[in-house]
Amino acid sequence: MRQTAFTILENTPIARDTYRLRLAGDTAAFKQPGQFVNLSLPGYYLRRPFSACDWQKGELLLIYKVLGQGTADLVALRPGTRLDALCGLGRGFDLNACGRQPLLVGGGVGVPPLYRLARELVARGRTVRVALGFNTAADAFLVGELQALGAQVRVATLDGSLGERGTVLAVCDADSASDFCACGPTAMLKALCAATRLPGQVSLEERMGCGFGACMGCTVMTPAGPLRVCREGPVFDREVLAW
Amino acid sequence: MVDTRVDLCGVALSNPVIAASGTFGFGQDFAPLYDLNQLGSFSFKGTTWLPREGNPSPRIAECPAGLLNAIGLQNPGVHKVISEELPRIRQVFDKPVMANVSGFSIEDYVRVSELLDAQAQVGWLEINISCPNVHGGGMAFGTDARMAGEVTRAVRAATRKPLIIKLSPNVTDITEIARACEAEGADALSLINTLLGLRLNLKTRKPLLPFGTGGLSGPAVLPIALRMVWQVYEAVRLPLVGMGGVSSARDVIEMMLAGATAVQVGSANLIDPWACPRIIHQLPGAMAQHGISCLRDIIGGAH
Ligand SMILES: Cc1cc2nc3c(=O)[nH]c(=O)nc-3n(C[C@H](O)[C@H](O)[C@H](O)COP(=O)(O)OP(=O)(O)OC[C@H]3O[C@@H](n4cnc5c(N)ncnc54)[C@H](O)[C@@H]3O)c2cc1C
Ligand SMILES: Cc1cc2nc3c(=O)[nH]c(=O)nc-3n(C[C@H](O)[C@H](O)[C@H](O)COP(=O)(O)O)c2cc1C
Ligand code: FES
Repeated sequence: MRQTAFTILENTPIARDTYRLRLAGDTAAFKQPGQFVNLSLPGYYLRRPFSACDWQKGELLLIYKVLGQGTADLVALRPGTRLDALCGLGRGFDLNACGRQPLLVGGGVGVPPLYRLARELVARGRTVRVALGFNTAADAFLVGELQALGAQVRVATLDGSLGERGTVLAVCDADSASDFCACGPTAMLKALCAATRLPGQVSLEERMGCGFGACMGCTVMTPAGPLRVCREGPVFDREVLAW
Repeated sequence: MVDTRVDLCGVALSNPVIAASGTFGFGQDFAPLYDLNQLGSFSFKGTTWLPREGNPSPRIAECPAGLLNAIGLQNPGVHKVISEELPRIRQVFDKPVMANVSGFSIEDYVRVSELLDAQAQVGWLEINISCPNVHGGGMAFGTDARMAGEVTRAVRAATRKPLIIKLSPNVTDITEIARACEAEGADALSLINTLLGLRLNLKTRKPLLPFGTGGLSGPAVLPIALRMVWQVYEAVRLPLVGMGGVSSARDVIEMMLAGATAVQVGSANLIDPWACPRIIHQLPGAMAQHGISCLRDIIGGAH
């Protein structure tokens, strides 16, 4: 973990209520796709957790959706604004656990970390398939960017306005996959685990007090005992969760 | 050179800053960030007889200038604390540590305290009496002067270590509870634990936290904590450990002026992992600015 003072470079809409937040600052703390930042927003006591969508030396990319008051206020922050963040938090996706043909499954605001994951898997020569689920075409993002990486991308929307009609499960080709990596709403993750016996890693979301293991605010119950989403996660092997 | 040393029940502290229970785990998440020996001490996570998984999620709700928590005393139980956590604490912390004890019956408090009493590194027992009493209809021990006195007497008989009773602020008259604990042999009092609060989810129109209420902490509670430390200082002769919303060296000084001998920092650790060393580092400058050469001289200075 590292504390970094970032400066906003860009904060622009890319889909309905969804923004691309490009930040300048030290990114050395990020080691794995799926790790997150805990971002301090002016006027709010608790920090907000966001997955790292991508990073390079000196630059971090987040994608956020307006959900409550904090993210609504974030929209108004202009380039040049300073934001304090705790960086490189949590345990991300384990690339060594991924097989030769991993299926990446993302729903809504669970999609951002899959971008970095896909990038690193493609760089390792894996055949990467991506299944994305959104409510409507207006909510979709990162589809073209993931294709540009060389991933095969399929999209599902609940109203059928883009890709298949239905949930993301409608576009998951589990048969041809070696394993899966998934991030999205808990209901989506559970449905996915119920639908396939493939080995898999899932990234969980929980409300957080600290984001680095101090408060026990983010605990998930598992057969192995209570685990912290911010520390032992957010990415867990499905076997650990017994999902 | 200013003098930041204080004495808490015969144990010397290099400075009055103690990380508060429940916001510091067993120290392990902070040890990679800074040398824990900079701290006066830390109070480890509330420890119970049996392991506890804690409450269902969500356990955290944000508030203006603070948070509500409903962790439900998640901890590995006293046996694992002794066999696993204390040896790991020893590797990163050379000073006496404060053992925070929680329980749901007097028997619980006594048997956990007996085991921790035998541990060399435990400098003080801090008894959290904000827990519900399962034999007393679920009312917290700390909200009834007679029950608070009974816990104090029972634990007093079980330990020779300095005994600190941690008071609940969710009472009409905190001085009445404080006097009961003093009468039954407490060596010090710490205050305040969290204040009962509530947040609602407007979508579901129901409480955000699974059991409705949660405990409020953070800067929002600082004036209440100061007021209670100030009142209790007048009511008893015991040293006090003040806490509630402390986030800066100036807050530490204010808490000591109100009557605290030592000061705990809780929620601030969660949003700034380096809060304690930052405050300790700020202390000499803040003391000099306010003409304080020795911190011990200002304890209760507001009275
Ligand atoms: C590990 C992790 C990674 C995440 N990655 C992303 C991402 O890449 N993009 C994105 O848009 N969102 C992401 N989220 C969700 C994001 O944290 C919430 O949308 C955000 O905190 C909402 O803040 P708010 O002030 O708008 O909401 P409010 O409801 O006003 O917030 C009140 C409090 O609840 C917390 N909270 C509310 N909803 C959530 C939630 N779903 N998860 C966790 N805490 C919540 C807030 O942090 C805050 O403390 C992630 C969450 C986690 C745990
Ligand atoms: C997440 C969290 C967990 C806590 N757990 C405990 C606990 O186990 N035992 C205890 O005596 N107090 C516990 N507390 C209370 C704090 O130690 C402290 O009394 C209170 O938060 C007020 O101080 P603050 O405003 O600096 O946080 C907890 C507080 C928080 C925020
Ligand atoms: S959010 Fe505090 S332990 Fe995970």
